[in-house]
Amino acid sequence: MAEPPLRPRRRFRQPSVIPGFGLTLGYTLTCLSLVVLLPLAALVVRASGLGFSGIWEVATDPRVASALRVSFGVSALAALTASVFGFLVAWVLTRYDFPGRRIVDAVVDLPFALPTAVAGIALASLYAPNGLVGAQLAKLGIEAAYTPVGIYIAMVFIGLPFAVRTVQPLIVEIDREIEEASATLGAGRLHTLTRVVLPPLIPAVLTGFALAFARGVGEYGSIIFIAGNLPYVSEIAPLLIVIKLSEFDYGGACAIATIMLGISFVTLLAINLIQAWSRRRFGYV
Amino acid sequence: MSEIATDLPRHQPASVVTEGGLVRGLLIAVAIVFLALFLVLPLATVFVQAFAKGWDAYLAAFHEADAHAAIRLTLITAAIAVPFNLVFGIMASWAIAKFEFAGKNLLVTLIDLPFSVSPVVSGLIYVLVFGSQGLIGPWLLEHDIQIIFAIPGIVLATIFVTFPFVARQLIPLMQEQGTAEEEAALTLGASGWHAFRTVTLPNIRWGLLYSVLLCNARAMGEFGAVSVVSGHIRGLTNTLPLHVEILYNEYNFVASFAVASLLAGLALVTLGLKSLLEWRYAGDIAASGRRH
Repeated sequence: MAEPPLRPRRRFRQPSVIPGFGLTLGYTLTCLSLVVLLPLAALVVRASGLGFSGIWEVATDPRVASALRVSFGVSALAALTASVFGFLVAWVLTRYDFPGRRIVDAVVDLPFALPTAVAGIALASLYAPNGLVGAQLAKLGIEAAYTPVGIYIAMVFIGLPFAVRTVQPLIVEIDREIEEASATLGAGRLHTLTRVVLPPLIPAVLTGFALAFARGVGEYGSIIFIAGNLPYVSEIAPLLIVIKLSEFDYGGACAIATIMLGISFVTLLAINLIQAWSRRRFGYV
Repeated sequence: MSEIATDLPRHQPASVVTEGGLVRGLLIAVAIVFLALFLVLPLATVFVQAFAKGWDAYLAAFHEADAHAAIRLTLITAAIAVPFNLVFGIMASWAIAKFEFAGKNLLVTLIDLPFSVSPVVSGLIYVLVFGSQGLIGPWLLEHDIQIIFAIPGIVLATIFVTFPFVARQLIPLMQEQGTAEEEAALTLGASGWHAFRTVTLPNIRWGLLYSVLLCNARAMGEFGAVSVVSGHIRGLTNTLPLHVEILYNEYNFVASFAVASLLAGLALVTLGLKSLLEWRYAGDIAASGRRH
């Protein structure tokens, strides 16, 4: 009588001779739960206590709605700017050689390294009506500081490295032979760029846009100094959370936080979909 | 070959895979002007404003009890948060990179979560747990334990915002290095700890240093999350970034920018060391696969 073929048993973990799995995974899960998951769960519990109608009520409050509009609207514009110039910077840094290229490359990471409060007061003093740049803009009739324009400038600052660093590694890996082939077949340089080089980079550009957008929406420190924080004009959603908290309106703060998290979640989901689409279309992320 | 090459005309034919010289120069100029205007100018402003009234005014900002307290608190916070995340990062990357188990991708996503949460929300969630109206707030109050508006809250919020730094750097690096070397060490009779210390640790040391550097910069510079949980009590719960904010809001600009210049200096040192590591040890810092 033939033995039935052995089916591999599905198990939680593949066997390995390396020790320490239980210890390290246990430690990881404990830290993760205590530091990240439990506090986030507290927010979910609070928000579910409010219910959908409670959150909706806060979201449609004119001041909150206006702050959300400013945060998301300005951040989208800023992320667009960061994507365009970020692509240009990434292209210049990878394709051209010029003196000081390494330094320029390091400078791109400045917004990652500079504390947001420091960036905030520096931008505020630069773009204030009597500041170095602000005075020039004032001559052109543009008020930057204490208006949404100031918020836009701070968000471009904070979003730029995301845009550059997402596209840069992909430009490095473009196969130059494809460009040669395109040129050999008679395409002009512009034609080659728009029809051959750019299309595979679109997913990375979109990912960079989404990252810069999400960062801009949540950003606080570099914005509040330059924004002026006028209700209905230049007040951002994160600041409104701080205000609600200082008034001990925990429910209101939670509602705004939930809305922001919800939209960030949708953004992250969009990034994942873009990358999945890119994998199918181009074979890589 | 080389003799033939020298017979060829000296001038380089225009390459078909790059832009013309004029366009190239123009694009480089636009990129540099943009970066100078948006990134370098704000940084320079910090130092210009800090020294606007000379050295004495600059130094006066640091001859002050509140400034000392802020520096001390920032150092304490980083001294707790960075080692915590260092140990967590090593533990997590060992579990995730050296073993195959179900739910791994979910775990990595959850570790990355703090990066996609707004700093203000990061502070808020701790207030919701430990604040007077929070989940365990009443219990803490009964036992006279203060977390929010005190140092523990600041440390916790800092740990949260820097949580993924070490782990997300080490996981792909250790995954790429695989398990063969550790297996060899174990076969030759090394204990698990011995194998980690003599085989794994030397392999990941540059990546570890790199991630600790970035983690520390963020820990010392975090503003939003710390601002929510701190309560801004001068001399007690003010970190350096919060001290900068208070001075600025009091229109004490020179002192504010002087303290800010300390943090900007930290950022510059971090960037310099980071670039040095990237340049010198590129292959040892990050996995070489397609990722950013």
